[in-house]
Amino acid sequence: MKTTFSLKNITLILTGLAMSLTFTSCKKRGEGETQVVRIGEYGSMTGSEATFGISTHHAIQMVIDEVNAAGGVKGKKLELISVDDSGKPEEAVTAVTKLITQDKVDVLLGEVASSRSLAAAPIAQRYQIPMISPSSTNPKVTEIGDYIFRVCFTDPFQGKVVAKFAHDDLKAKTAALLIDKKSDYSVGLADFFKQTFTELGGQVITEENYIAGDIDFKGQLTSIKTKNPDIVVVPGYYTEVGLIVKQAKDLGLKAIFMGGDGWDSPKLVEIGGAAMDGTYFANHYSAEDKDPKVQDFVKKYRDRYHETPDGLAVMGYDAALVLVDALKRSVDFSHKAIRDAIASTRSFPAVTGMITIDDHRNASKPAVMLKIESAKLHFVKRVEP
Amino acid sequence: MGEFFQHIINGVSLGSVYALIAIGYSMVYGILQLINFAHGEVVMLGAVFGFYAAPIIGGRPVHPSLALFFSVLLVAMALCGLVGFTIERLAYRPLRKAPRLNCLITAIGVSLFLQYFTQLDFVFGAIPQSYPEMISQATVLDLGGLHISNLQVIVLALSFSLMAGLQWIVYRTKLGKGMRAVSESTDIAALLGVPVNRVVSFTFVLGSVLAAAAGTLVATSYPKVDALMGALLGLKAFVAAVLGGIGNLPGAVLGGLMMGLAEEFTVGYLSSSFRDAIAFAILIVVLLFRPSGLLGRTVVEKV
Repeated sequence: MKTTFSLKNITLILTGLAMSLTFTSCKKRGEGETQVVRIGEYGSMTGSEATFGISTHHAIQMVIDEVNAAGGVKGKKLELISVDDSGKPEEAVTAVTKLITQDKVDVLLGEVASSRSLAAAPIAQRYQIPMISPSSTNPKVTEIGDYIFRVCFTDPFQGKVVAKFAHDDLKAKTAALLIDKKSDYSVGLADFFKQTFTELGGQVITEENYIAGDIDFKGQLTSIKTKNPDIVVVPGYYTEVGLIVKQAKDLGLKAIFMGGDGWDSPKLVEIGGAAMDGTYFANHYSAEDKDPKVQDFVKKYRDRYHETPDGLAVMGYDAALVLVDALKRSVDFSHKAIRDAIASTRSFPAVTGMITIDDHRNASKPAVMLKIESAKLHFVKRVEP
Repeated sequence: MGEFFQHIINGVSLGSVYALIAIGYSMVYGILQLINFAHGEVVMLGAVFGFYAAPIIGGRPVHPSLALFFSVLLVAMALCGLVGFTIERLAYRPLRKAPRLNCLITAIGVSLFLQYFTQLDFVFGAIPQSYPEMISQATVLDLGGLHISNLQVIVLALSFSLMAGLQWIVYRTKLGKGMRAVSESTDIAALLGVPVNRVVSFTFVLGSVLAAAAGTLVATSYPKVDALMGALLGLKAFVAAVLGGIGNLPGAVLGGLMMGLAEEFTVGYLSSSFRDAIAFAILIVVLLFRPSGLLGRTVVEKV
């Protein structure tokens, strides 16, 4: 009895193995003949940073459609496979694993938020699939490995821009920080701000924390208010920032609020309302920029999606453009060749400026400071790296 | 000193919202010995209904006004009352005689159903939306570091008047008397001619109406609406109800205020990292010394 069972089991296992082998070989053969380049995109299409993922996705889709309409790259069409990670690092890991192992993508675009890029990039690196992050600014992201790239500036630069602006233009002497301590982006940006601001002679007088998903910040803000700082820097994402600035007004906190590119979303002023007026943040671009490339993009995006593109949209667009350019220059469509082509991007004219990928797989880019006035973003100044 | 009083004001206004929600848990528990885990989702639906009702009533874009706020509040309360009634009728009443564990699992099921049903694209969606601003921010009092906004005044006044109204219903009306009778013993109340089913339905409606008010107040103070917002609010309010002694209405209010103040003082004087840890630690300590909650044993009459 026992032997028959184990024999049966062995036969089953063997059949299973044989079948899986046949399937894998089938798939391999199919892959060689494929006429498409598969691009995997993962992002937060839902959750509290939903507009990040949606804007980025919209813009990437524009590039894919434009390229395919023009006949694709070297005769191959581009196929975009998008997966929602609902803004959670653990889901970003699942999304990227699925894209690589099941959808067999050749290259990855994503994520916006540094915490998610940091969670998923090691998988891309392990499978040697090139990944371009459109707007993860934390320096650690591209340090994960030689297959991980970005097309945006990094937080050391962004922190410096915000600190210099606070010190030189707003004449701020004292600052308070309100940090999302579970976010790599927020913690990193706060550190870099603090470095420069202290170097310039400013003083960070208090640091408070919150966790993304919190809705009540009055405790922290009340403590900040008693210290009476000139500015409050909130290097967080728009949902919490909107709630924070609104509650600060409830408490009569008069300091000027500042932040980074995580503020950039149409939802920011919807949530924060009139309290957002008079706040400043650093960003990748301004829709008011007179540059014809920018205006052309803004018009195309508006025509298709009926809204003004935010910074995340323009970065998604640039990431996809850099990728397409690399695919065109790549010797073949092997992952190694694509990686090398991305790494050798030099002075590529993207919408947000010239993109050169340096030895650390980062792009060195200018930043802009924006001011919110009557629920609109206004260009204040441009800072070159 | 101003800072200290500011923390108290903040804590009480947060706590009064917890209290409103906690009352709903406590009332249902008092009557059916059921922990209605779907209660947090009714709070969320209160915010969602308000989100849709505001532009319909006030037009687009929404112009802030008190009249609009109160009409939206009434609409949300009415709709949530209906939801509460339906939940009880469809999900809990068929299980009235079933073991308590079955009811508990059903309650969790209803809670998850509402969370994920609301996340469907044709219902509300999985993307957080901003709640329309119906009360424009203004300062009521600004005195030596103490700053009170109109929003905080409205939250406090509204939640305490609702709680007073509830007290009146429970102790001064016939239905309230029925509720108290059913909470003592369903069978004897039925024998004496109390319409048990109607009383239970009424209890659910009452709890859901308060939940809708809490949802509207939360969404007005923290203008973000999403399908999962009820989960944590519900959990904290549940803890508040247990802290005060579940089944006991003044206990729910006390528990809610304690939770709000504990969170606020933790954030203000310790660190925001301990926010939830302290609140739950208080619960554990209280339950160690008073297993039935702060007011759980001293009051015999439960609703």
